[in-house]
Amino acid sequence: MSKYAVEVDHVSMLFNMSSEKVDNIKEYFVRLLTRKLNYDEFWALRDISFKIEKGDRLGVMGFNGAGKSTLLKVVAGVLKPTTGKVKVRGVIAPMLELGAGFDMNYTGKENIFLYGATMGYSRKFLEEKYDEIVEFSELGKFINTPMKNYSSGMKSRLGFAIATAVKPDILILDEVLSVGDAAFREKSEQRILDLMEDGVTVLFVSHNTDRVKKICNKAIILTKGQIIASGDAESICNIYTEMVNSK
Amino acid sequence: MAGKSKIKAQLGNFFKYRYLINELVSKNIKLQYRNSVLGMFWTFLQPLLTMIVLSVVFNNIFGRDSKDVVNYPVFLLCGRLLHEFFTSSTKTAMKSIRSRASIIKKVYVPKYIYPLSAVFSKFITFLISLSVLMVVILYFNLTDKNPITLTGNILWAIPPVIVLFFFSLGVGMILATMNVFFKDIENIYDVFCLLLFYVTPIVYTADRLGYAKDSLVGMLIRLNPMYGFIEMFRGAVIHGAEFYTYFDMNLFYYCCGITAFVLIVGFTMFYRKQDKFILHI
Repeated sequence: MSKYAVEVDHVSMLFNMSSEKVDNIKEYFVRLLTRKLNYDEFWALRDISFKIEKGDRLGVMGFNGAGKSTLLKVVAGVLKPTTGKVKVRGVIAPMLELGAGFDMNYTGKENIFLYGATMGYSRKFLEEKYDEIVEFSELGKFINTPMKNYSSGMKSRLGFAIATAVKPDILILDEVLSVGDAAFREKSEQRILDLMEDGVTVLFVSHNTDRVKKICNKAIILTKGQIIASGDAESICNIYTEMVNSK
Repeated sequence: MAGKSKIKAQLGNFFKYRYLINELVSKNIKLQYRNSVLGMFWTFLQPLLTMIVLSVVFNNIFGRDSKDVVNYPVFLLCGRLLHEFFTSSTKTAMKSIRSRASIIKKVYVPKYIYPLSAVFSKFITFLISLSVLMVVILYFNLTDKNPITLTGNILWAIPPVIVLFFFSLGVGMILATMNVFFKDIENIYDVFCLLLFYVTPIVYTADRLGYAKDSLVGMLIRLNPMYGFIEMFRGAVIHGAEFYTYFDMNLFYYCCGITAFVLIVGFTMFYRKQDKFILHI
């Protein structure tokens, strides 16, 4: 077994800006005939390479539009890179947007099984974890209420509870630690720290240097789709603070 | 070797996500009639009501004791149920990728799961609605008005139903792929399904139209694969006693061929384009 949990090898990601807007046949043919199907090319990621060892926590920092979210989506397997390869060993829990797989007409209970199945877990496994999930989400009797009546806080609490009830090998966090009220936030941070003690590998996107220092041991800075600095979290955070100040 | 391990990985993936197919199918069925007073009963009521209305309207035109029809309501219901399954399953499969945009953008899921579970859930609804056919046949046999003689040949109704499932899956995959890139497909396909209802011999028999079998229109009507599925199903249910003379097996082989072709095209298209879906939805 390799000691790396995530290997990103010369990954580049190209978006065709204008192609995203042509979504009806008439426009397509008009553009085809007038030869306006040439796209504005935009490289969201350029030749990114890094490796994360098992148990490492990597912080990904950078300004808006630097390609952080694209990078996370590539690692999560949602986006396929234009060139390069991504290798991931183990179960990924992507917490990019909690509760994206919920069905609003379903009750909280039914959604636990639906969302869990979306992440690839069996019904039996989820039944074992069911009580724990309900307890952690603090939903109580509302668990049998249709989700369309939930507040956004209730939805994300349930999403967080499901995503972390399983013991993932790799956790992808995109500023989701700001879930719910202060008490729940503390509880969810504790959950993640517990998972880290169990040796989970973390990929964490944040602008907040304090958070990155607290959670991560390594960090990279992205600018315009390229890695401009990588190293231990402490020194990278200092570089990032300087960048922010000089902007 | 590489191809072999790829297939193995695909199968492993399917195995891992079989729970998701389960969940999605039961969700589609559960939510279809949730909050409606009659609930699941609508699955029976909907085909029954359309059958009654269409029978009243068309019985005197198409149903007059032609020996191919035998019993017009039953004749109509056989065609309607199969047509309804085909259109509803392909329509939901077509929309299945677009309507799951939010989750496809966030979590990795093998994308073919969505059209597959759409067709699957409509198939189960279809199987449930087949009991309406049984009830209607029972009613006519008990009241002894144009009774249907059921024979062991009714088992021949199973192959067209199974092949139709795969045919719908193939068409659904093609539509789902196209719909990601061109949303117009949804509108075009609605019109197409409406026209398909009229050009397929559902309310009438193919011979009733008066075109010779070897004339151009007669050929076109028989080239429509839905004709083959419906004719075979009808033959097995209504004409059990003379099934082998009523139905020409070559038509069924033709339908199987078309199905294989559509399935291959559907899966190839889907697999070639699926990595681009996320950029367009």
